[in-house]
Amino acid sequence: MKKEFKVIAELLPNNIRVLDVGCGDGSLMDLLIKEKNIEARGLEIKEEYVKKCIYKGLSVIEGNAETELNQFPDQSFDYVILSQTLQAFYSPERVLKDLLRVGKCAIVSIPNFGYWKVRTSLLLFGKMPVTKTLPYSWHNTPNLHMCTIKDMYNFCAEKDINIDKILGLNGDRTSQIKKNNLEIKNLFSKIGIFVLS
Amino acid sequence: MENIKKLNISKSLLLDCKQMVKDFPLAYETYGKLNENKDNAILVFHALTGDQFVTGLNPITKKEGWWGTAVGPGKAIDTDKYFVICANVIGGCMGSWGPKEVDKKTNEPYGLSFPVITIRDIVRAQETLLDYLGVEKLLCATGGSMGGMQTLQFCATFPNRTYSAMPIACSTSHSAQNIALNELARQAVMADPVWDKGKYIKKNVQPKNGLAVARMVGHISYLSEKGMQEKFGRKLQERGDYDFSFNADFQVESYLRHQGFAFVERFDANSILYITRAMDYFDLSRQYKGGLTEAFKNQQTKFLVISFSSDWLYTTKENKDTVIALNAAGTDVSFAEIKTDKGHDSFLVDEPEFLKTIKGFIDSMHIKFKNEKRI
Repeated sequence: MKKEFKVIAELLPNNIRVLDVGCGDGSLMDLLIKEKNIEARGLEIKEEYVKKCIYKGLSVIEGNAETELNQFPDQSFDYVILSQTLQAFYSPERVLKDLLRVGKCAIVSIPNFGYWKVRTSLLLFGKMPVTKTLPYSWHNTPNLHMCTIKDMYNFCAEKDINIDKILGLNGDRTSQIKKNNLEIKNLFSKIGIFVLS
Repeated sequence: MENIKKLNISKSLLLDCKQMVKDFPLAYETYGKLNENKDNAILVFHALTGDQFVTGLNPITKKEGWWGTAVGPGKAIDTDKYFVICANVIGGCMGSWGPKEVDKKTNEPYGLSFPVITIRDIVRAQETLLDYLGVEKLLCATGGSMGGMQTLQFCATFPNRTYSAMPIACSTSHSAQNIALNELARQAVMADPVWDKGKYIKKNVQPKNGLAVARMVGHISYLSEKGMQEKFGRKLQERGDYDFSFNADFQVESYLRHQGFAFVERFDANSILYITRAMDYFDLSRQYKGGLTEAFKNQQTKFLVISFSSDWLYTTKENKDTVIALNAAGTDVSFAEIKTDKGHDSFLVDEPEFLKTIKGFIDSMHIKFKNEKRI
């Protein structure tokens, strides 16, 4: 189980309705159902993942979050989760707004481009960074809009999106990110988890 | 027709055309056994030209059942494990109350005096069968094409009578294109002079030419353009050159003629008129004045909607519209599109990805249903 999923599960109250956008093989949904008695639904673009979810008895809709979030009514979920996918959309802004239309709150995690190893890779070797969190080369990456935790922080402020909480993840370590430690956490977090409303 | 199981529906049924009917036969077949917990019953709805003989040898036509690829011992819908029920639709011609049956009032076959029926009438007639078989709550209701429409209608009319539902390659209302194709089939039948306003049935003949053309229209619509091109291309039928005639030179012509004329041996022409009409009249949102959301509200049933990428009769978009409606009603719904070149026919042929999906869904639903019943 990914550490990130455990952190997300801990952020959520029990017995709520959750939509997991880009739910993959349903591991997170499984966790939320079992540990939090959450009513979980998934949206997933990849056929093989959709089938894996169906075999597990999970509710999943095959579809593209970029164009098909409109099928969900306003405020029909308590939380909508988007794990490390925001950067892959053509229009992250539109998707983010749609997440907050469908859900009362959203949890959005991003691979942090501000992480020191990413920065040094470009600075010292002059090459596009390839890390565990960002395993693609420049020519085959699905990530169109890489950003840092700081970028995301500023973006939310600009678009009047409320940030309830930010967590930084580095391996097994989790830490809360606030305005006063943003610079340092932006350097040492591999993943940023934003709770938005 | 002595090999056919029949239930006499004795309770009155008010048809959508406002006619009250009772005491009519519903022909059905079952496969496998209902277990002690009664958590393994699956109701299968057949499509336009199907019947209650889902799998194994059809005792009337002596051919393999229409869904033998998916249903049977060890198959995706495993009859060693599940109790599968299927009824012939009313309006049909495999023993259920239909236009070729004898009207007790006149002692003659109904022909066109048979009432125009709807998908809702068809489904309501079948619910009685569940009571008769002692099935309080189904594990799953499923069917493709018109069988999918019946699945949706069943869930709307009898909420929570099934734990899960799997409407396959269908829609919540018939599109203009589908009505047009059905009209083409009906006109083909009615243009045959033997049809004689449906009275052929009293003379013990069948408007074979018209009915065969109607079937050919269907078969074209069940295949995808690519599938048809790959299967037949411009290949000639058992000849090296054109005949310079109107014989079936091309394999595709030969295929259509074969399908058309094999069909007339087993199907009643008036039944085609009635059943296609029922499909055309199908419009769930019209039935529920609040629209589709109203049709599916308060559903605990878990849905899996399945479409086929190359199906142009009931497109992925139409199937997704069903998903949107189910979502809007807050229903627990899954959706999968099977990528295939086999067109609308995909649910009837050996399509491994499809079969794996339905197996995965039904097996996982069975585990959940069992657990729920235990609590």
